[in-house]
Amino acid sequence: METNTQRLLHTFATLADLGQEIANTADFEEMLRNSFHLLLGSFAIRRGAVGEYDRERGELRLIASRGMAQSQNTSLPISNEHARELASLGSALSLDNATKEAARFLEDHKESFAAVEIDLLLPLVVRERLIGIVLLGEKATGEKFTEEDLEVVSTLARHIGVGIHSHRLLEEVESKAEENRRLYDGLRAIYKETVHAFAAAIDIKDRYTQGHSVRVGKYSEIIAREMGWSDDAVEGIAIAGYLHDIGKLIVDLNVINSPERFNAKESKEMSRHPAAGYEILSPISHPYADIPLMARHHHERIDGNGYPDGLKGDEIPAGARIVTLADSFDAMTTDRPYRKKLALRDVLEDFRVNTGTQFAPEVVCAFCRAFLKEIEGTAKEQRLIKLLGKNYDNVESVSPLLSQLISDLDGGAMAATAH
Amino acid sequence: MADTAAETPVQTRRIGDTAIIYASDYLNKLSGERIERECKHQLESGSRALVINFRDTELVNSIGVSILMGVIDAAEQSNARLIFSDVNAHTVGLFEMLGLTRHIILVKDEEEALSQLKTQTDAAGSMGS
Repeated sequence: METNTQRLLHTFATLADLGQEIANTADFEEMLRNSFHLLLGSFAIRRGAVGEYDRERGELRLIASRGMAQSQNTSLPISNEHARELASLGSALSLDNATKEAARFLEDHKESFAAVEIDLLLPLVVRERLIGIVLLGEKATGEKFTEEDLEVVSTLARHIGVGIHSHRLLEEVESKAEENRRLYDGLRAIYKETVHAFAAAIDIKDRYTQGHSVRVGKYSEIIAREMGWSDDAVEGIAIAGYLHDIGKLIVDLNVINSPERFNAKESKEMSRHPAAGYEILSPISHPYADIPLMARHHHERIDGNGYPDGLKGDEIPAGARIVTLADSFDAMTTDRPYRKKLALRDVLEDFRVNTGTQFAPEVVCAFCRAFLKEIEGTAKEQRLIKLLGKNYDNVESVSPLLSQLISDLDGGAMAATAH
Repeated sequence: MADTAAETPVQTRRIGDTAIIYASDYLNKLSGERIERECKHQLESGSRALVINFRDTELVNSIGVSILMGVIDAAEQSNARLIFSDVNAHTVGLFEMLGLTRHIILVKDEEEALSQLKTQTDAAGSMGS
């Protein structure tokens, strides 16, 4: 084969291999080392080094070398001014007729390269900025680099330069994305803390229902998880539970803290709170869907006799149907000024009687399943039982009731659906 | 091209102070680095001559050439002789074009390599006697 053709084929093969190496995004230093060896191998150059220029530190960090005393990670200082000068030259600089900028580089680092003959210095330049330097010794042929050789070497070096640049850009994008993720997580944490503070504020206003909002949030979370909702949606419904009574902030304190059952006027005043909650929550950009709607509709009933909008069945948002049951369960299992908390069997009887009219069957069914799993010890945690607290012992006694309710509801109720 | 040499050890045999190292089918990054390591290991273990047998090698890419330059360097530093044998015509052309043949002895096959080494050793012995 004619030498020129062979030379051309070898260069093409090197370029093809170089392209593959540069596309290797997994390991930057390995990419650079392999690319450098491809460059050395294209002309069988015995000695050389490649380094990345760090503008911030004003130094060239050697990443790969062959046949040189300098090991990788050696850093050579290069002033920003000198880096600009080298960048302005751009292409391969033969040190036979060295420019003053290239000569100055070797002069500055003569101790580093004392034992090595450097024939070429190639500034790696992208967008007029120095991003690295390749140093090359003589070819194995012992011949000087020709103009054609310099063209080929410069082309290969440009690819390496672009490879370095692309990797750094990718790292920058990933770093920005990570920073944004952290900021987002931070904002989400602040949001959650704010929600908890609001929940505490709501519950403090009502001295008889302390902890109610937080418990409703947690019960809602347990039910939603049992219904197969996604983690994000479960988080959202917990927030909705914490905030469902936020409208009570505008209700007269005397009504809220009335020690007796509400009269008609008080009931009317109290019934303002779901719509008021919606008004308070609507202007906020929540990171979860439908929080204001869950607050608005947590007093709706499946039969349409609830308030404020008298929605029926599926017209009521799924989340609101869950919060409704969680809200009622907590109301029935805590003492109120006008009555003591109910026994669990009475609570379940209430559920049985009101399922399909007040409560959604699939929600009651999910609640019962979650409760039964905790009693039987097949749930990961006993969250519901812990929320009920010490006031309820012997919860195991309601297992048959729960089983019966599940069986009744499974017979005619809608199956639990993933949200 | 898949590099099966990555999983298989470099085949080597030793005759006196000569190490014969068998290159794999495609001399690229992974297989090349293994050969370089083996050559250096043999030199450190006292080998005075290295024969790299390329009988299975179809292709040598630029990384392979760079690695072979490293082997040449290591052999020179150890004053060891370096012979390439059984190199196919295409690769011979490549080595000649790139100037590797200025730094190594290129022979037809392993037998010729060992014969050359023996002749050189005998000659050195008679000069010394």
